[in-house]
Amino acid sequence: MPVPNGISHSAEEDDIDYSDIEAKYRVEMEEGFDNIIVVDGVPVIDELKLEKLLSKICKEFGKKGLTVKASSIHVPWDKTTGKSKGYIFMELQSPEEAIYAQNAMHGHAFDSKHTFAVNRFSDIDYFANLDETYEEPQASTYVPKEHLRAWLADPQGRDQYVTYRNDQVAVHWHGKPSQSEVAYEKANWTELYVQWSPQGTVLATLHRRGIILYGGPSWKELIRFAHPLVKLMDFSPNEQYLVTWSNEPIVVPEGAPQGPQYFSPEDEGNTIAVWDIKTGHLLRTFPTQSNAQDDPNAKKQMQWPALKWSGDDKYVARVTPGQQISVYELPSMALLGKKSVKIEGVVDFEWCPLGDKDKDEMERDAKTPSGLVPGKAKKVRENMLVYWTPEVANQPARVTLMSFPSRSLLRSKNLFNVTECKLYWQNQGDFLCVKVDRHTKTKKSIFCNMEIFRVREKDFPVEVVELKDTVTDFSWEPRGERFAIVSSNDPNLGNPGPGVTIKTDVSFFQLEHGKGDFKLLKTLSGRTSNTIRWSPRGRHLVLATVGSSTKSELEFWDLDFTAEDAGRREGQTFKEEWGSGIQILGTADHYGVTDVEWDPSGRYLATSASAWRHTLENGYAIWDFRGQEIEKHILDRFKQFLWRPRPRTLLTKEQQRLIRKNLREFSRAFDEEDIAEESNVSAELIAHRKRLVDEWNAWRSRCKKEVADERRKRGKKANEPEPEAAKEEIAVWIDEVIEQIEEEIMD
Amino acid sequence: MRPILLQGHERSLTQIKFNAEGDLLFTCSKDHIINVWYSHNGERLGTYDGHNGTVWTVDVDSQSHFLISGSADNTLRLWAVATGKCLYTWELPTAVKRVAFSEDDDQVVCITEQRMGHQGAIRIFDINREGDGTDQSEEPSSMFNPVGSKPTVCTFAHTPGMILTGHESGKVALFDAKTGEEVNNNERAHMDVVTDLQLSPDRSYFITSSKDKTARIHDTRTLAVLKTLQTETPLNSAAIAPNRPYVLLGGGQEAMSVTTTSLRQGKFETRFWHKVFEEEVGRVKGHFGPINTIAVHPSGKTYASGGEDGFVRVHHFDESYFKAKPYGDIEPED
Repeated sequence: MPVPNGISHSAEEDDIDYSDIEAKYRVEMEEGFDNIIVVDGVPVIDELKLEKLLSKICKEFGKKGLTVKASSIHVPWDKTTGKSKGYIFMELQSPEEAIYAQNAMHGHAFDSKHTFAVNRFSDIDYFANLDETYEEPQASTYVPKEHLRAWLADPQGRDQYVTYRNDQVAVHWHGKPSQSEVAYEKANWTELYVQWSPQGTVLATLHRRGIILYGGPSWKELIRFAHPLVKLMDFSPNEQYLVTWSNEPIVVPEGAPQGPQYFSPEDEGNTIAVWDIKTGHLLRTFPTQSNAQDDPNAKKQMQWPALKWSGDDKYVARVTPGQQISVYELPSMALLGKKSVKIEGVVDFEWCPLGDKDKDEMERDAKTPSGLVPGKAKKVRENMLVYWTPEVANQPARVTLMSFPSRSLLRSKNLFNVTECKLYWQNQGDFLCVKVDRHTKTKKSIFCNMEIFRVREKDFPVEVVELKDTVTDFSWEPRGERFAIVSSNDPNLGNPGPGVTIKTDVSFFQLEHGKGDFKLLKTLSGRTSNTIRWSPRGRHLVLATVGSSTKSELEFWDLDFTAEDAGRREGQTFKEEWGSGIQILGTADHYGVTDVEWDPSGRYLATSASAWRHTLENGYAIWDFRGQEIEKHILDRFKQFLWRPRPRTLLTKEQQRLIRKNLREFSRAFDEEDIAEESNVSAELIAHRKRLVDEWNAWRSRCKKEVADERRKRGKKANEPEPEAAKEEIAVWIDEVIEQIEEEIMD
Repeated sequence: MRPILLQGHERSLTQIKFNAEGDLLFTCSKDHIINVWYSHNGERLGTYDGHNGTVWTVDVDSQSHFLISGSADNTLRLWAVATGKCLYTWELPTAVKRVAFSEDDDQVVCITEQRMGHQGAIRIFDINREGDGTDQSEEPSSMFNPVGSKPTVCTFAHTPGMILTGHESGKVALFDAKTGEEVNNNERAHMDVVTDLQLSPDRSYFITSSKDKTARIHDTRTLAVLKTLQTETPLNSAAIAPNRPYVLLGGGQEAMSVTTTSLRQGKFETRFWHKVFEEEVGRVKGHFGPINTIAVHPSGKTYASGGEDGFVRVHHFDESYFKAKPYGDIEPED
């Protein structure tokens, strides 16, 4: 044995037992079987057909991009029968390829009788050698989770809102001044923006690597969705599913984690992903709709939400412009009826939202087992969607209502001279307004028609409101029978320039019961308002001038100013003069306002100026419904303000009626609280100021003494300021007429 | 409160100063001229002509006898207030950015710019008050170059022989006038350039304004920050209103970006803040450019502001200003 470096080992050293060290540092050799897979479910053949079978198998694997040579397949034979055993061993180029082959070929139908079952050889080895003794799995101790709706149980009944400023995200309580406080604050909580789920249960933050949902009183992380470089997100209405979009196509790098919550190689190249919120599993991915279709004139802008949810989370649909609407069933995300609805030229569609009535019925249905009381159970309204198709050749434009899953056409209406249609559902699904921008024959001027479908009535009657101007904004009253529009005939409309403020008119319309048509309540002319925000409870609305550099007015309107109690409004026929209840409550101004949002209770309005739009006077303000400023914060680099939405009330109709009946009792208690609060706050403030002044005065007297000492030291007399009166100069201004010349012109 | 508009300058104002009695108002501007006005009616008394560059700074002695001014023509000039004659001119290597008389009127401190290979320097000159004032010594009685960030504003502190400075970095410091030794400093007084520094009547505290959008009140002795007034605009000037617990702040959008912003965005208003509660109590509009300098009458009954727009606005406070008690009966002593 050659001795390295000429150092000879002594005999003792040779005796040392290295086995423990060797065992410890033994290099785990690659088993070498990682690239071998076992394919089960192969047809049992005799030797004659071997070549044919092998070439067929190679071909099948080749279809999935796997090159397999016949020589790398080993077929074991049953010596007694002379036939194959029905499984084969296959050696692939690399372990990665073996994993891919397993994923791709497992469950592959070879022919009508044979389906492949693919396992990795090392797995079989592992399971064959598995320890047979059963080990009791450790039952993990139950960790109670925080209640995600805990904020609703706030004893003071406060609402929450989230603000995003610089890199600081904060969740605030909004209540009386002494109760308004920061509930939770965190720096760098998000990288892009934050978003509440539609019922306020969770807060989503967007990061480079995906989305994280937070919730509960301590804002713990709930779940993550790994969608790299996600830019947009959308919740389903009942918070069961999540849709995410990134402008970067999905890439699954090698060695990426595998699992139901991660993208698999099949998802590569897609940009839209649908996730299950509860499990965190990825349901399906889609490519972005290229609605350009090689038409350079088509709008490049992507529509968002790209996938639209039905009100009950059962279906999600997307449109392929010009061709079809594809409806997918949840939770399988399979195409409903295995095919899309082919509609020539379809441009856009909207689901009918579920009203409170529909939700009540659904709940009742869920409680009574179906089939028990067949006579009583009223059929729940089917999901409905409306779509429109433009004029093509000699076909008129058409708006169609279709129900799902039956796919029956409920109503359609032909329209002429159509430039553009916009679909607006009232939030209870009672009415549908199709705002039709129409052009005259010469296509020079554009005017507007509103086709209003009364969806709850038989045969879906349609009412048309014609307007001469262009309608720039439309908004239904939530739960109401009114809508407001912003219209304009300003020549500058459509070519916005710096400093151009577009003059607009705002009009209110209301359904006239009995006649069943929509009648103009009132028009406010010569405004600059371009945005309508109805209170979520109806009745109140705010008109705002948003996005203008010169105007930033807010107008607070009440549409039932004369009505005694808005709660009794339902069913009551209007005896007063039409539109007499419309009254302005107040005006305000928030310079540079970019966003206007009501709180979920309809008592407060928040306006914010976001640094994403401009950098002037960023910040936010909260107003009450009368336009009184409650608080205002001017904050540099302020980005986002969002009220936390509330879920539907949990009180029954009966409970609500009781509250309304005893409103006086309740309000007395609240009034008392308010008074206590007020005196409390002012007492606190006065005490605080008193303290400040006392501190200051103490410091000043110390200072004065020091100054006096200093002066004395310098050998000067402490020159106390002379009494003010001595210096007082009495300036008296006397108008004195020195000379007065009067000229008289003599003729 | 109807302002008196003083239209005597063709370019933006750089500094304005009341004399000790408050009957005269001295204004200097980038148009090379120093004006003096009667503060009560805004009548112009005269001008001090001679500077050949932007007059950055001006100060008047307590007897309204001498006026000192510093200019971008690299001179420091002594004037006779009454006659408008230039009594003496000191030639310095670079522009003079700030001057101030000592409490006893026998010394003048000035800051010269850091430029053309010269370091920023603080010089103290003895003023010979004997005779007609033309006999001054050319050499400063002391001179030193503060290390680190260059000084932007200075004045004599609470005791003679102490110089109070504000710096470009936001530092506020106390220097020994003789040795140039930094006696005390507060490196983090502001986060940006200190633009103005004005003393309280007894020199025991002072207010500084800064481009970092805050004004701060400091104890002269310890340089500790007593109060912080946080605004939403860069500040150019801050003044203490005697007899009322207010301070006046002025500023606005940077001069270079004024033309691209509207009046409303510019925030060219004089803000009144309560110095103890650190709350804004009111604003006075009027200028259509940033406010560069604010001065308050020593009796506190008048204030004047000079803007980038070239105007000086003199405001005599209304009776209500003195009577109003926005915070009830809680009123601090001076």
